[in-house]
Amino acid sequence: MLLVVEQFLNGLQFGLLLFLLAAGLTLVFGIMDLVNLAHGSLYMMGAYFAATFVAWTGSFVLGGVMALGATLLLGIVLEFTALRHLYGRDHLDHVLATFGLILFFNEAVRLIWGPAGLALPLPSWLAFPVTILPGIQYPAYRLAIIVVALLVALLLYLGVMRTRIGMLIRAGASNREMIGALGINIKLLYTLVFGLGAALAGLAGLMQAPILTVQIGMGENILILAFVVIVIGGIGSIRGAFIAAIMIGLIDTMGRAFLPNLLRQVLNSASASTAAPALSSMLIYLLMAIVLVARPEGLFPANRR
Amino acid sequence: MKSFWLAGAAALLFSSSAFAGDTIKIGFVSTFSGPTAVIGNDMRNSFELALDHLGRKMDGKPVEVIYEDDQQKPDVGKQKTEKLVQSDKVDFIVGYIWSNVLLASLKTAVDSQTFLISANAGPSQLAGELCSPYVFSTSWQNDQTPAAMGLYMNQKGVKSVFLIGPNYAAGKDMLAGVKSTFKGQVVGEEYTVWPSQLDFSAELSKARASGAESIFVFYPGAAGVQFLNQYAQAGLKEKMPLYTAFTVDELSLPLQKDNALGVPGAQEWVNDLPNEQNKRFVADYRKKYTGLRPTYYGAQAYDAAQLVNSAVVAVKGDTSKKDAMKAEMEKANFKSLRGAFKFGNNHIPIQSFYLQDVVKDADGQLSLKTVATIVENDQDRFHDKCPMK
Repeated sequence: MLLVVEQFLNGLQFGLLLFLLAAGLTLVFGIMDLVNLAHGSLYMMGAYFAATFVAWTGSFVLGGVMALGATLLLGIVLEFTALRHLYGRDHLDHVLATFGLILFFNEAVRLIWGPAGLALPLPSWLAFPVTILPGIQYPAYRLAIIVVALLVALLLYLGVMRTRIGMLIRAGASNREMIGALGINIKLLYTLVFGLGAALAGLAGLMQAPILTVQIGMGENILILAFVVIVIGGIGSIRGAFIAAIMIGLIDTMGRAFLPNLLRQVLNSASASTAAPALSSMLIYLLMAIVLVARPEGLFPANRR
Repeated sequence: MKSFWLAGAAALLFSSSAFAGDTIKIGFVSTFSGPTAVIGNDMRNSFELALDHLGRKMDGKPVEVIYEDDQQKPDVGKQKTEKLVQSDKVDFIVGYIWSNVLLASLKTAVDSQTFLISANAGPSQLAGELCSPYVFSTSWQNDQTPAAMGLYMNQKGVKSVFLIGPNYAAGKDMLAGVKSTFKGQVVGEEYTVWPSQLDFSAELSKARASGAESIFVFYPGAAGVQFLNQYAQAGLKEKMPLYTAFTVDELSLPLQKDNALGVPGAQEWVNDLPNEQNKRFVADYRKKYTGLRPTYYGAQAYDAAQLVNSAVVAVKGDTSKKDAMKAEMEKANFKSLRGAFKFGNNHIPIQSFYLQDVVKDADGQLSLKTVATIVENDQDRFHDKCPMK
C-alpha cells in the first residue's frame, strides 16, 4: 500500500513535468497553428542554461531564475528571427523548418558546451529524502518539482482564465482571423505566447536537469510524449494538457511499477520481466489510439470550450 | 533495398582497386552521434593512438580506417556493416559498443568471412551458439564482469540484492551474470526501457520497498549518471549499498562527481594497471587528447588494433590468407593493455577481473583505482555451447 502511494507520487511528478512541456506546445500549436518540433530543444537549452548559470553564480535558485529568463529571451528571439516567417504556411513546412532547428541547436550545444554533457548537482538543502508519511520517504527535490509545477499550473490557469491577455489567448485559440480583425496586435501576442511556451519548456528542462544529465538531444524523447499529451488533451487546451499529462505520467509509472508483478501471475518470471517494460511503454500509445478513435478532437478540444 | 543494389554496383566498380591489397582496410563501427557519442569518440581516439604507436602501418602497409556511426541502433549498425563488407571490402571490422547492434550485424560479417573484432559488446550468444572462426573479442563476454561483482559481493557477505538493468541483450546478460555467482538471495529484478527511459524513480521505490540489503545495477553511458543522481537523491546511499558493472567510468565520472565515491565496480582493465604498455597508453592518450582520460572502451579498441596488426604481420600483409590470420589471432600474440591473456575456444578472452574504486587522485580529480583482483583467468560460462574446439 505504501508502495502504491510512493509510485503515485512518482507518476504525479512525471506527469506534472510533462505538463510544463506540453502546455507551451499546446499553446503554440493551438493559437499560432505552428507545429514546433524544436520545443524539445528549448527544454534542452533550459537545462544547459541552468547548469551554466548555477555553476557561475553558485546559487541553485538564482541560476534557475536566470536560466528561465534566458530561455524566455531565446524563445522570443527565435520567434522573431525564424518562426515568424512560417505562419500561414503548410504544417509540413513547419516540421521541416523546426526539425532543422533541432539539428541547429544540437550542433550549437556541441560547439559551445562540448559533446560530453554537463552535471547540475543539487544543493544540499534539496538533496535528501523527506518522510511524508510513516514509512514513506520521498526525495525532497521531487516534492519540490511537484509543488513548483502545481503553482505554475495554477498561475497559468488564472492567467489564461482571468486576465485580459489570457482572454486574447483564448480568443486566438478559437478564432485567429477574428481577433486580428478586431484590431488586436496579433504579432505581439504570438511573440508573447511563444516566449511563454519557451520559458515553460525551459522550466521543465532545468527542473529535470539534476535528476537526469544535461546532454545533447535530451529533449527529443520527451517531446514525443508531450505531443501525445496534447493530442489526448485536445490541441490548444491548457486544461486538457494538464489532465492528459497527469494521466500519462500515472499510467507510465504505475505500468512500470506493477505490470511485471501482474504479468508474473500468467507468464514465467523471466519473460514477464522482459515483456513488462515493453508493454508499459505501449500503454500510453494505446490510450492515445483509443482517444483518437473515440474523440478525435481530444478530451478537451479548445474551440468547443 | 535500392541502396543495397547501389552498394553492390559500387562494390563491383571498385573491387579491382580493393583487390590490389596495397593498403590494410579496417572498418570501425561505433556510436558517434547522440548522447553516447562520447564512448565512440573514446574508442576512436584510442584506436588512432594505437595506429600512431604502430607507425600508422601494419607490416609496412599503410592502414586505412573507415569510421561508421551506428547511432546506437541495431538496424543502422547492420546497414553500416553491410556497407563496409560489400562496398568498402574491408579486411577487418572493429568496434561495436552495444550487444544488440553487434547481434544484428554479426551475420553480415560472418557470411562474408570478414574478420570482426568486438572491442566491447559481448552478448552470450556470441560466446555460445553463434561463435564463429571469424569473430574475436578484445573485451569480455557480458556475464563475466557482473559475475566477478557477484563474487565480490559474496566476499563482502552481502545477504540479499535487488537487480536493476536495461531491457536489451546486454542488460539481460548482466543480471544473469550476477545471479550466476552471487550466493545470497535475489529479492527482485527490474528491467527498464532502453535507451529511452531515464527516470528510475519507480524502480528505486520498488527496490526500497523490497527490503533487500543492496542494489546491483548495469547502466552504461549517461544512464549511469542519471541512476546515481536519483539513487543519491532518494537517500538510498546510506541504506542500500550499490554494486555496479560498467556504470562508473572515466566518461561518466566527471558528471557523477561525489555520487560515485565509494561505489565499487568490476573491470578487466583499469587505468593504473602496472604493465609497461598500459603506462605508455595512458600517458600518451592524456598527452594527445588533453583534458580527456582513456576508458576501458578505449583500452579494448587499442587492443583490437594490436590484434589486427599481429594477424597482418603474421601473413606478411597478405590478408587473403584467412586461416593463417585466424591461427595467429588465436594465440593473442600481442601486448594487451590488461596484461597477457589467452583466448578461449570461442575467441573470448580468458582473463582476470579487478575491483575498482573511485578515489581522488593527486590532481584532486576523481579517478578510478585498482583495489584488488577479484578473479584470475576467468572463462565465460557459455564456451561449452560453442561448437569450435
